[in-house]
Amino acid sequence: MKPMKPLLLAQFTATSCIGTGVAPTLASLAGQRSGLRRCDFETVKIDTHIGEVPGVDAQRLPAELQLFDCRNNRLAELALQQDGFFDAVKGAAARWGRRRIGVFIGTSTAGIMQTELAYRARDPVSGALPVDFEYGTTHNSFSVADYVRRRCGLDGPALAVSSACASSAKVFGTARRMIEAGLIDAALVGGTDSLCLTTLYGFHSLQLSSPAPCRPFDVARDGISIGEAAAFALLERASDQVGGDAILLYGVGESSDAYHMSAPHPEGLGAKRAMQAALAAASLEPGDIDYINLHGTGTPSNDRSESQAVTSIFGPTTPCSSTKGATGHTLGAAGALEAVISALAIRHGMMPGGVQTTRIDPTLTAHYIKENRHSPVRRVLSNSFGFGGTNCSLIFGCAG
Amino acid sequence: MLPGYVGGIGVLGPGLRNWPQAAAILSGKQPYAAEPTVLPNPSMLPPAERRRTGRVVKLALGVALEATAHADADPAQMPSVFSSSGGDGHICHEICQALALSTREVSPTRFSNSVHNVAAGYWSIATGSMTESNAVCAFDASFTAGLLDAMTQVTVDRQTVLFVAYDTEYPPPLHAKRPIPDALGIAMVLAPERTATSVARIDVTLTDEVPDRMSDPGLEALRSAIPAARALPLMRLLALGAAGRVVLDYLDVSRAAVQVEPCA
Repeated sequence: MKPMKPLLLAQFTATSCIGTGVAPTLASLAGQRSGLRRCDFETVKIDTHIGEVPGVDAQRLPAELQLFDCRNNRLAELALQQDGFFDAVKGAAARWGRRRIGVFIGTSTAGIMQTELAYRARDPVSGALPVDFEYGTTHNSFSVADYVRRRCGLDGPALAVSSACASSAKVFGTARRMIEAGLIDAALVGGTDSLCLTTLYGFHSLQLSSPAPCRPFDVARDGISIGEAAAFALLERASDQVGGDAILLYGVGESSDAYHMSAPHPEGLGAKRAMQAALAAASLEPGDIDYINLHGTGTPSNDRSESQAVTSIFGPTTPCSSTKGATGHTLGAAGALEAVISALAIRHGMMPGGVQTTRIDPTLTAHYIKENRHSPVRRVLSNSFGFGGTNCSLIFGCAG
Repeated sequence: MLPGYVGGIGVLGPGLRNWPQAAAILSGKQPYAAEPTVLPNPSMLPPAERRRTGRVVKLALGVALEATAHADADPAQMPSVFSSSGGDGHICHEICQALALSTREVSPTRFSNSVHNVAAGYWSIATGSMTESNAVCAFDASFTAGLLDAMTQVTVDRQTVLFVAYDTEYPPPLHAKRPIPDALGIAMVLAPERTATSVARIDVTLTDEVPDRMSDPGLEALRSAIPAARALPLMRLLALGAAGRVVLDYLDVSRAAVQVEPCA
């Protein structure tokens, strides 16, 4: 892996159960507040906790994009309206040209809930789905990327990465390649995944969701809490004179486990390979990383293998935590959400301690922090792993 | 401009049984006759995994295996890009059907196989490849979207990349909303340098020209019905072993032009 040219995060925003936009997100992190609560979503009857974003159902899409109407695209719309993101995109389009900005969005289930609902409303005689059900603009994985590119008026290359829970970390890799290849000058990257029955009942069937709020790295951890989120960033070629508060993407590392569809490699070999590739791309040594935002789902197997992989590279002293005790596991949006959290950690000199965790598993050797730490944070590594053994690590940092 | 070399090729589809047979049809040496796609069993997977795989995995692994068997590179060292216009429609149907019942019993195996990157995951398990693998989707634009992602890895990272584009049919009632008629997959090994098995040099650029069509009505019907078959004009040039330029379908506002120079 050769070194990559750092890319500027010209603008970023995130919406999850801990905040709509970055200011409330930062306030929740600073106050160590969790957005998880007992599941009362739709008609779901599972003993579990969820991270639901308030106001998604009430969100409306512009009239010309009504075909895209579904929970997932409403969540994307709500998130795009925060933090002056539309204005930043408009500025980038004026600077680079609409055709020179790509749109790469990660999602695992997109608007599959539309199909779930349509299957409840099949014609009793023919079995047909309702006439007004739209597959391509709601359920299809590309629907959210297509919605974002149309909503933002961007005409560059576009795709959805749907690589399970690594999806919206991997979009940074696609953007990096496209920009370095000269096909585009900037990219709107991000992720959107919304609550739906497929993931709530699916993770439940695999016995991977916890009845309690998830407790990453806790000795009694017993599974994930599913959340929903939309997070976006505008990536651009970095000029030589970026401002002092600029946040840069320094490294992307990707790998596969080659082990199992729904269980991580027991020693975290794939995870280790992704982190090493990110360090190599960033031309950094393990000692340069100040904080690691873990994948840290709260399942016994993920946290064990990730802790081993982290310790094998960084040793037992680099502070790390999972923010999923606060946000829940936002699946295909987790990579982008945690990229924004990483950027906030750098900008505000705060490593967010992992909430919900009471007693850290003594067999996990990584240096897990439960309390917030206030100190300069120059380089952060963020991990995202998914079903199918897909891994992606990102490194963010301040300029210089 | 994204330059690279096409090495091994794999093809499976309605009336298309492998690349040599498909090449004979595409180059006009044999007539095209539509018939249901025959999918191979993925013998490269361990028996326990093999039993769990559906049509998507059989298709993607089938063409990936044909492409890599004819290339000068070890599949375990090759990054890969898997591009599909949808997930496994049969699994999606079964899950949505189960969720519409009051019992809501979702099969755990079906759920883990419902991810869009299911073929990438099984390919990595089958070959032992720990390299990066992308799983992308751009609805009807999926072939060109995946090709661009793969070609940027070839040109920027100077890596030999396995690119697989594949689509399978959705069963009723979803079929009425997404009428993909059958399974079709195309795989190619894309390399930064010419090797002994290189078929052609390609250069990919973005354009807004109108996409090329197939003159054979049966092949044109295939091209317009299955997103992965949007590659057929390119596959035809590769089959002919001729130099030329084709325009492939992509997004509403942009297409991809591919310049082809055969490696004689």
